[in-house]
Amino acid sequence: MIFTTSRVPVDEFARVTGWRFKPEGLCRGERCVPFRSADPALVDLAAVSVALTMPLVGDAQHGLWALGAEAGGRALKSAVAPELELPDFRGGTFRLSSLRGTKILLVAWASW
Amino acid sequence: MWQELRRELRPQGLEIVTVALDARGAETAGPWIQKAAPDHPSLIDEGHLVDALFGVVNVPSGIWIDEEGMVVRPPEPAHPRRPDYLDRVVPPDASPVERERILLVKALHVEAERYVGALREWASAPRGKSRYALAADEVVRRSRPRPIEEATAAAHFALGQALYRRGVPSAATAHFREAHRLHPTNWTYRRDAWSLAGPERDAAYGTSWIDEVKREGVENYYPPLQL
Repeated sequence: MIFTTSRVPVDEFARVTGWRFKPEGLCRGERCVPFRSADPALVDLAAVSVALTMPLVGDAQHGLWALGAEAGGRALKSAVAPELELPDFRGGTFRLSSLRGTKILLVAWASW
Repeated sequence: MWQELRRELRPQGLEIVTVALDARGAETAGPWIQKAAPDHPSLIDEGHLVDALFGVVNVPSGIWIDEEGMVVRPPEPAHPRRPDYLDRVVPPDASPVERERILLVKALHVEAERYVGALREWASAPRGKSRYALAADEVVRRSRPRPIEEATAAAHFALGQALYRRGVPSAATAHFREAHRLHPTNWTYRRDAWSLAGPERDAAYGTSWIDEVKREGVENYYPPLQL
């Protein structure tokens, strides 16, 4: 999950990570983690990295920051499928949730 | 490769969504997708987001998600048919390295028939009635452990890919190397980075697919299906 600044607008943060600001903290689906942002419009990646246990790696010289996976436990924290938003080869953005009501086989492959 | 199964199973209510783990994106994955001419969504995942979100570590991997958006099988080897490489014959003039590679690939554990059989059963079963759809706690338990090292490797790989895109391959390589060190059994991080390095691979990473498969054990490359 890539960002071009270390302080990110809240809506961009929600779009990239799936974590949204709510009165109870940061929430994704039914899970919430207590968190209060000092600035209501901007998310400080370093602070949020600690709260969500998602490691942050940055290259300030090139203006790039990456949040890793949520550490601890298992890769899937629950069986609720995380939202996956990726570009479709034909153009446009695909969201996994757009296929709700249908069984999905998600296949990871590569050309290499 | 999945198009044929998709045609068979779509009328039963199953959709196939393919995700290409290619750091170079459509530039390298595109020709393959065009050739396959799929009707299903064909996504491009340059930063290997599915590794971070679902725990994918190799390809091909399949994840089953039911009508309600619940994962009912976490990532596992998913071969739509028996790969040609299992039946390759070592040519008499093969170099020792070629010979070793062909024999190693032939020894990979592939269970295409069992996998597709289970997929067909799930596709035709009413919701909650398939013997292959796992309960929620079993799905979580079977997904990979996520220690801090592997969570951090996901950040290094994504940053390496973004730096590569920015045109700074030397900085990218340093992060790819760190991803490999922190998560040595993630084959998507390794093979995509090696592919980007091209002929510079040995100098940049000092290892090869043969070396790594032998070190990890060829039997662990595609673990047996637990159906």
